[in-house]
Order: sequence, then C-alpha cells, then structure tokens
Amino acid sequence: MSLNTTWFVVLAFTLAVYAVLDGFDLGIGAVHLLLGRTREERARLIDSIGPVWNGNEVWLIVAGSSMIVAFPNLYATSFSGFYLALMLVLWLLLLRGLGIEFRHQIHHPMWEHAWDVVFSLASVLLALLFGVALGNVLRGVPFDAAGEFQGTFAVLLNPFSILGGLLSVVTLGWHGACWAALKTEGPLQLRARRFAAALWIPAVALLVAMVGASFVTRPDFAHNFMRYPPLLLGPAAAIAALIGNRSAVRRGEDRRAFIASSAYVASVLASVTAGLYPMLLPAAVGNPGPGLDIYNAAAPAGSLRVALIAYLIGLSIVSVYMVTVYRVWRGKAGQVYR
Amino acid sequence: MSDAVVAARWQFAFTIMFHYLFPVLTMGLGVLIAVLKTLELRSGDPLYGTAARFWARIFAITFATGVVTGIPMEFQFGTNWAQFSRYAGPVVGQTLFMEGVFAFFAESSLLGVFLFGESRVGRRAHWLSAVGVALGAVLSGFFIVATNAWMQHPVGYQAVGDHVELTSLWGLLSNPYARWQYPHVLSGAMVTGSMVMAGTGAFYLLARRHEDAGRVFVRVGVIAGVVFSVLTLFPTGAFHGENVTRFQPAKMAAMEGIFKTQAGAPLAIIGMPDRERQELMDPIFVPGVLSYLAYGNFSARVTGLNDIPADQQPPVEIVYYTYHIMVGLGTMFIAVLAVAAFFLWRGSLFERRGILWTLMLAMPFPYIANEAGWVVAEVGRQPWTVYGLQRVAVASSTNVTTGMTYFTLLGFMGLYLVVGLLYLLLFARIVNEGPR
Repeated sequence: MSLNTTWFVVLAFTLAVYAVLDGFDLGIGAVHLLLGRTREERARLIDSIGPVWNGNEVWLIVAGSSMIVAFPNLYATSFSGFYLALMLVLWLLLLRGLGIEFRHQIHHPMWEHAWDVVFSLASVLLALLFGVALGNVLRGVPFDAAGEFQGTFAVLLNPFSILGGLLSVVTLGWHGACWAALKTEGPLQLRARRFAAALWIPAVALLVAMVGASFVTRPDFAHNFMRYPPLLLGPAAAIAALIGNRSAVRRGEDRRAFIASSAYVASVLASVTAGLYPMLLPAAVGNPGPGLDIYNAAAPAGSLRVALIAYLIGLSIVSVYMVTVYRVWRGKAGQVYR
Repeated sequence: MSDAVVAARWQFAFTIMFHYLFPVLTMGLGVLIAVLKTLELRSGDPLYGTAARFWARIFAITFATGVVTGIPMEFQFGTNWAQFSRYAGPVVGQTLFMEGVFAFFAESSLLGVFLFGESRVGRRAHWLSAVGVALGAVLSGFFIVATNAWMQHPVGYQAVGDHVELTSLWGLLSNPYARWQYPHVLSGAMVTGSMVMAGTGAFYLLARRHEDAGRVFVRVGVIAGVVFSVLTLFPTGAFHGENVTRFQPAKMAAMEGIFKTQAGAPLAIIGMPDRERQELMDPIFVPGVLSYLAYGNFSARVTGLNDIPADQQPPVEIVYYTYHIMVGLGTMFIAVLAVAAFFLWRGSLFERRGILWTLMLAMPFPYIANEAGWVVAEVGRQPWTVYGLQRVAVASSTNVTTGMTYFTLLGFMGLYLVVGLLYLLLFARIVNEGPR
C-alpha cells in the first residue's frame, strides 16, 4: 500500500473513530431535551458523557491536524472554501462544550435549563452540519480555475446534502439513545430503549434514501466496489449491525445494542470513504476542475513517512489509556458533576 | 498589504490573545496541583487534598474555556491562512499533529479521572492522574512552542517547489530557537499559576476566611513564584534574548529601540521610539549593557534598524512597548515575590497586610506580561509568517473576503465577551465558596 493510500486509510479511520465516539455524545445532545424529562434525568445524561466527551473531541482535532500534515492542500482548500460553515461549527462546538462544563457550576433550575437548551441545540446543529458537510464531499464542490471554491450557504444547502444532514441527526440521536440505555437506570433507561427502537426506523429510511440519491448524484460511486468486491464488506457490516441493533434493543441487551450502533456508524463511514477513494474532495459533476485526490493534495513523502510513524506510536499509547479511562467509567453513570 | 490580510491578522490576534489567557493558567496551575497532590500523599495532611480539590475546580473551568477557544486556533490555519497551510503544512503540521496524539489525548482523558474519579480510583492512581494532566499540559505547550519556533527560525526542512518538506524531525523538535523559548514560555506560565494561587490565598487571609487553605496557597504560590520569576529572567529570558539577537536582528533592534547600528549599545530603561527622527525620545540609558546582554561584551556592535531594509522591519512601537512592559513587569514580580518570600522565611508574611494586598492586586499582571511577550514574538516577526521564507501578505486565504473575515471576527468578539464574563463569574463564585 502506498504512503498516500495509507494516509487515506489513517484519515478515514480517525474520522470514523471520531464519528463513533463524539457521535454518541452529540447524539445525547440531540435527544437530551426529549429524553430527559426532569432536572435529575438531564443531569444524569450529562454525567454519562461528562468524563469522556473531551477526549472524544480530541479525535476531531487529530483528524484536523492529520489533514494539515498529510494533505495540506485539502486542509487549506476545504477549510477556506467551507469558511462560514466551519466558523459556525467552531461557535457551536464552543457553546456545546461550555454547556456541558458550565451547567453544573451553579445549582439553579434556570441556569441548568439555559445550558441544557444551549447544549441540545448546538448538538443538533453540529450533527446536521457534519452530515451536510459529508453530503457536499460526496456530491463534489464547484472548483474554479484556480482550484479553489467558495462554499456559500447557497451552494452548501442543496437537497442532497440536507438529506445527509437529516440522516446524520437521526442516526446520531439513535446512537446516543443506545448509549443512554447502556449508562442509565430506571424509567430513563426504559425511555432510552424506546427512543432507540423508534429512531431506528427513520434512520434506516433516510439511509435508503441517501444511498439511492448518491447513485443518482454520483453514478461512479459503485466503481470501487465493482472493481474490488471485498469492499462490499463495509455495507454488509452496516446492514448486519442495523439488524443486530434491532434485536438487541428489543431484548434489552444494551451493551450489544450500543456495540451494534457503533459498528454501524463506523461501517457507514468506511463504506463512504471506500467509495470515494482515491478522491478526497471531488469536483461537482459537470465541473471542469479535477478535484483533490490523495496525490495532488498530499504533502511530500518525507513528511508523510515521519507523521505516520508518529501516528502509530501515538495511537498505541492513546489506545492503552483510552481503554483504561473508559474502564474507570464503566457501568452506570453515577453522579459525576457535583 | 490587502484589507483581507489585515482582517485575517486582526482575527488571529484577537482569538489567540483571548485563548492564551486560559492555557497560561492551566500550564502553571496543573503543575502546582500535582505538587499539592504530592504533598498530600507524602504528608497525609488532608488540607493539601482540600487545596488540590479547590484548584481542580478552577482548573476545570479554565481548561474547558481553553479547549473551546483553542479549537478555532487550529482551524484558522486552514480557514484564514490557507496559503500558509499549503506552504508550511508539511512541517508545522507535524508538531500540531504530535500535540494531539501525544499530549492532548492524555490531558483530556486523564482530566476526567482527576476531576471526577477521586472516589473511583485509588489514592495513588488519583495522584498519577494529576501528574498526567500536568505533564500533558506542559507537553502540549512544547509542541505549540516548537511550531512557533519553526516560524521564527525555520530548521530541518527543504523547500520543494511551492512548499516546504520536513527533512529532520529531530531538527524540528530540537530547534535552537525553541531551546530557550520553551523554558521561557513555561516559566512565564508557572509565574502566572503561582501568582494566581498566592493572590487568592492573600485574599482569604485579608478577608479572614478559609485561612488554613489561604496559608497553603500563599506559601506554595510565593515559593514557586519567586523561583520561576527569577528563572523567567535568567537563564531563560536572557538566553532567549541572545537567540533573538542571533536569529532575528530586526526583532531585537525593534525591541530595544536601536535605530542606528552601534558599538557599546546602551540599554534603554524607558523612552519613546520616534520613527520620524529615528531615535528614542526622552530615554534613560544604561551605557553598554545591551551589547553585553546580547554578546557578553560591553563594546560589541549591535545591529540597528538603519541596517535592515525597510521592507523587512517590524512595526517598532508595538514591539518596543510590549517588550518593555514584559521586562518591567517581570522585574517587579521578582521584587514583590522576593520580599514576600523573605517574610515567609521570617515567619511573619501572613500578618503583613501590605504585602498580602500587593500579592492580591498583582494577580492580573502576569497575564499582561505573558501576553506582551507573545506580542513581541509575533509582531516582532513581521513582515514574515515564516521568517525569511513566507511573507504575511501572501499567507492568507485567497477565497475568503475581507467582509467574511470581519463578519466572523465580530462573531468571535461577541461570543468571547460572553465567555469571558461567564468565566469571571464562575471564577469569583468558586473563590467565594472557598475550599471545602
């Protein structure tokens, strides 16, 4: 496997881990106000993600910095091209983080409620924007002659990517409900299971619509799968995870249900990136530009090699204490924030 | 310089200066909390545990605010400085990336255990989490300073076409520029953490509340403060200054207001740079000292701005004043903390209300000194983003307009005003509730 391809896999892996891990805490935010009915229930939902959300978000930062070091051209072109949308993401990440961390600083219903609303709205909008972004990457962007683009909201908010946004909100909400069922007890847990079961249906419906729309928008999307059939394991794993989640939620096996929803999120992202390869940011159909791929966006080989070694060493250390930290917090979420 | 570049500079300057208010405290405080946890473990005195828990609450809100204001910093390299990212990404990306995988993961995962896990893990494991958080914060700072040092003094690279390539990771990490810059930055952060701790303790003693904890805060803060305020000046500040003279003569000339190249250059204690007449107005000079500080020789020649092409000079006034503010404040910190440490040693500090008042009111000033130091570093590098390689004028994004950047700058200003007020509110509340 060439260095460039390896870095494509590394970036896809980092984004998939981010989607699974920050996905469930964004999902908790998406269903927060509906799932948690009382002050105590909402506090418990925040407790369930309190000790881990920050570490989860580091995966986004690592994904960003892997882009700088491995695909600087992708980083520069996409971040400046999606300027306003990204700034919105930054402000929402800021408000959401403060919502989690400031909420418990003052024990007053008004203060807590205000932060609950901020946390929940910011989470929904972030899930939506991440889905819209993924939709636009699939669809391609309108490059100009200089190889740049201006992603105004008029460009970004097209029906296809809005469909992607809705899919993202519903899927992460379902993923978050699975996490909540795993980490809570009593009526809140029963309600979380009902949410997980109920959200499964629109999540599947939106996925089917999105897959159909993808083939219409980007007819060449199946190309990689035809040429290299083992890649079909990705979509197959996604379907298996969906079915596995359904039966686990029915039987109240929360652990299995959450593992299945995590596997689903990861395999959907794996399938999307497998279909995109070797493109990183394609040009919209009918657009003259070549788009960015793993070759014309990449850093020189020397930089790629050194960063890959750093990544492998870093991640082997990270995996040890990530597992340790999650083990410290295993079991039901107790009262974390005082 | 086009309006779009100016707008992007304003936005970066505003967001980074606001952001740095938080990590400058967490880097210093993280180490001091680990010290308190160690004292608790060794002495068995629960007072140290109470003190550590109190500062952990301050650490938690500071860290959270630092994280949420820090993400925009990394993103801005792409959003507003796309040409810089394309040009320098293969090199600066390494250190930014290593910060994430080697430092930030550790810091944020272990912080959860440290803040909320005291009842779940053993005493030793909790102590270890405190040490891990401190190490993560300090290591994080190293990778950021290494990134900045490369922009000040590029090493370990080769230029290939329209970008640079990394040729030596070790060269990048052992940049001679970072060798004293990093200890200097870290020492400045330690002074901040120490003075905030001592100032808060002084407040408790003056207000006659939580006096047991107040005495611990003052003792730990003053001892660490006097050590690190001296280290900030010597050796870290002095040797870093030598490096600036060696690698960036234009920055040094602006810092010291040296308009004309001269042998036996004097050190200006005060004075106002006058660019039209190319001299310092109303100066107080100490003859020969600048030559000595820069070269270890009272009659050495120091390059003045007249020997630097006009299009390679930084704006003199900003660099000159911020440098003098930093050094002036740093000197006063040494004086105040040395007096406090003397009376601590004599055993009468806790009754000396004048010194306690000074310690309390001094709390904001280390922030000003640290920010001023960074302004010297960054404005002093102008007109370059990467010294000698890429000019600021060609480093920004070409597809982001002036209007877009001012729109988001105003957004940041509004949001950060709210964040700053909320942070102060919560800080004051935690201090008011006191250690428990």
